[in-house]
Amino acid sequence: MGLVDVEMQAALDQPLLSVTGLTKRYGARIGCGDVSFELFPGEVMGIVGESGSGKSTLLSCLAGHLVPDQGQVTYAGRDVLAMAETERRRLSRTEWAYVHQNPRDGLRMGVSAGGNVGERLMAVGARHYGSIRETATDWLGRVEIAADRIDDRPSAFSGGMQQRLQIARNLVTGPRLVFMDEPTGGLDVSVQARLLDLLRGLVRDMGLSVIIVTHDLAVVRLLADRLMVMKGGRVVEQGLTDQVLDDPQDAYTQLLVSSVLQV
Amino acid sequence: MTDQAYNFAYLDEQTKRMIRRAILKGLAVPGYQVPFASREMPMPYGWGTGGVQVTAACLTPEDVLKVIDQGADDTTNAVSIRKFFQRTAGVRVTERTAEASVIQTRHRIPEAPLREGQILVYQVPIPEPLRFLEPREAETRKMHELEEYGLMHVKLYEDIARHGEIATSYAYPVKVEGRYVMDPSPIPKFDNPKLGDCPAIQLFGAGREQRIYAVPPYTKVESLDFEDHPFVASKAPHDCDLCGAGESYLDEVIIDDAGGRMFVCSDTDFCSGRQAAGHRGRFSPEGM
Amino acid sequence: MYVAVKGGERAIDNAHAWLAEERRGDPSVAELGVAQIRAQLALAVNRVMAEGSLYDPDLAALAIKQARGDLIEAVFLIRAYRTTLPRLGASNPVDTGAMAVDRRVSATFKDLPGGQILGPTFDYTHRLLDFKLMAEGEVPAAETAPAQTGPVPHVTGFLNRDGLIEPAAASDATPPDLTREPMELPADRALRLQAITRGDEGFVLSMAYSTQRGYGRTHAFVGELRIGRVAVEMDIPELGFAIEIGEVEVTECETVNQFKGSKTEPPQFTRGYGLVFGQSERKAIAMSLVDRALRWKELGEDDTGAPAQDEEFVLMHCDNIQATGFLEHIKLPHYVDFQSELELVRRLRAEAMAGQEMAGQEAAE
Repeated sequence: MGLVDVEMQAALDQPLLSVTGLTKRYGARIGCGDVSFELFPGEVMGIVGESGSGKSTLLSCLAGHLVPDQGQVTYAGRDVLAMAETERRRLSRTEWAYVHQNPRDGLRMGVSAGGNVGERLMAVGARHYGSIRETATDWLGRVEIAADRIDDRPSAFSGGMQQRLQIARNLVTGPRLVFMDEPTGGLDVSVQARLLDLLRGLVRDMGLSVIIVTHDLAVVRLLADRLMVMKGGRVVEQGLTDQVLDDPQDAYTQLLVSSVLQV
Repeated sequence: MTDQAYNFAYLDEQTKRMIRRAILKGLAVPGYQVPFASREMPMPYGWGTGGVQVTAACLTPEDVLKVIDQGADDTTNAVSIRKFFQRTAGVRVTERTAEASVIQTRHRIPEAPLREGQILVYQVPIPEPLRFLEPREAETRKMHELEEYGLMHVKLYEDIARHGEIATSYAYPVKVEGRYVMDPSPIPKFDNPKLGDCPAIQLFGAGREQRIYAVPPYTKVESLDFEDHPFVASKAPHDCDLCGAGESYLDEVIIDDAGGRMFVCSDTDFCSGRQAAGHRGRFSPEGM
Repeated sequence: MYVAVKGGERAIDNAHAWLAEERRGDPSVAELGVAQIRAQLALAVNRVMAEGSLYDPDLAALAIKQARGDLIEAVFLIRAYRTTLPRLGASNPVDTGAMAVDRRVSATFKDLPGGQILGPTFDYTHRLLDFKLMAEGEVPAAETAPAQTGPVPHVTGFLNRDGLIEPAAASDATPPDLTREPMELPADRALRLQAITRGDEGFVLSMAYSTQRGYGRTHAFVGELRIGRVAVEMDIPELGFAIEIGEVEVTECETVNQFKGSKTEPPQFTRGYGLVFGQSERKAIAMSLVDRALRWKELGEDDTGAPAQDEEFVLMHCDNIQATGFLEHIKLPHYVDFQSELELVRRLRAEAMAGQEMAGQEAAE
């Protein structure tokens, strides 16, 4: 092993993101309480729970959209909560990405598809129109959007296309950590399946680390290596996805799994 | 003869000191918009209150002042501002670019090259180049702080995708000394190349928006573009019909109701100087 | 031969002379005196003082006369004059609790210490044109009562004593001054109140109205509205104590709004505040509603995206002198910018048409 390989191996052994005792209160109500976990490079972590379970609050705290009341978040050895906002924003347009449930929140609706995908490239200094366009075209292809739609605005796209465009826009700069908030929510079942398939391919190909929040167990079954089940702001169970889904220990997880099976 | 009811150049000395501090800060951080406590002036916001305050803070009794609007010394607003300083500061005024030590301008940079020791004061309506991409001041200030200028290029990208070229013809954004993206005020992009490496001090005042910014002498100023769609300074493809100049920015004048038009230098001092030196255009008396 | 338009200077002089004539109007009608404006158009004078941020009824009346009754233009004259005044010092905070009250009403209590005093209000007039006013005549004297001597305590003080309303902590911090420092956002409440009290009455009114219609609703009651004169005192360092340097008429409005509370904190009413120069009660009430709507963050309320909750939107657009200047400046010459747009559009059109022609030829071949 060369020195570089040793360093890389060492990096793989370190968690990319580690979270300790994260707590967020809304007045007297707990948004999420005392959450701890680690995420390793290339790993996909699913967070499931019903609405109000605190999973979205947790994701917002991790991505820096909300300030938690207690706890620690470390990304690649850096204390995220102590970081200046400037540094966190720099991270979120380079090494991080955030896929919103509603593509309207993650896209610029008044800007063409090509401009949407190109924005992150230009933000990190790309200054050649032709090659920005080429990369954008390539990425539209990767998310199965026809190249001749490059100058159309997202408002002319279907919901599924908008969501795929949002994914392309986020992944174009090759981030390391992707936050996804119900990325398949609000889509038809057939559209969901196609999107999931696409996401799985991209995650594997790019070796992305992902934290994905969903209420849909089928989504985590397909994408997540590990799973965290939340209820009332607390983590009630976590472990390998198959283990948790096939042999749930906690009563609430059992209920969740069985209710899905009944469908 | 100065109007004795007011201090020299209208503003009180304390206010001038405050403005000078903002100017110095602006010169120290080229292209950075310095907030300043803009005063209410006796002319409306939008009429050049920012430029007037900067000029007032710069003027000394020995200065020679030139005021232009759209390149011309005799447009009504230029006349009005020149009169204001004649009345409140009693300074000498001129229409000759070369003779002036302070030049206040709206929408143009004079054609004649500026020299060291001169100050060019721009009137600025909207100092924030990102304003029409992001309306929030709190957000745009953060974008400058972080050099988050991707959005600016998205706008240029969209122009090219739609029109085949960058469709911004005035107030064309520039990057100053490799750091701050700056609005050069609504000058035609034809004037942009004169911003950079200029021997004179360039000061920008936005009264209503309470901002002052500056480009010190010999500063690098680049117009934003793409490598494969470089910036082009353009003008009407004509010569001046009065002085024959081929390299000056032209105004188009409609001369009859049958579509007849002529083109004349927007810089009136430049044009009359050339005419006095014997240059002739299509519509000059001797040229006909 | 073409001669460029000259004579801007003469045009301006002539325009000014014509303006002066128009201001005077028909010379066979008696000229309006500044004293008449001050006495008989007092509410216009009040508005000009409030938005001009300068308490001087004579100058405000002069400004109204000079501006031909255009109140925003009058405010502008006052503001421009105000800029040139030396700042000798700052007064102590006025004590509105010690106000000599002309009018004082509460919508939340039927009766209260100090009483309800209707005062000179339009509230219960029937809005019928009074043609008698077209003929000059004397107005019969209004009934008078002896001046009240007792204190007129604030309504919110009663609520505060029982802990029913959020406390308004007293502070000795020097408030920011937006006429001396550039406005920085986010702004604290003192700065927001300062901006709104000199803001355009129409703008503040519409913002307040929008909160009542659901865009940032706060369920406001007028706890108390009071109009009257307060003493202005100033510390004189040489003397070592404060002396009264004059008095100003102000309108103060305190609203009692929707309560807040949580599992740990019992519910309490919240406050909105308005204080405006002169008798300007529409403005004062509107101000207190907008103040309350802007406090959503501090009170832990949701951002509903309503314009009145948006501090930057409200503060950056409430000043009518800034607004009217920028609005009207688009009538100044812009032919240099327009010329560059003209060339661009011509070129783009020529390219587009050439493209179409080429496509047409190809199709025909």
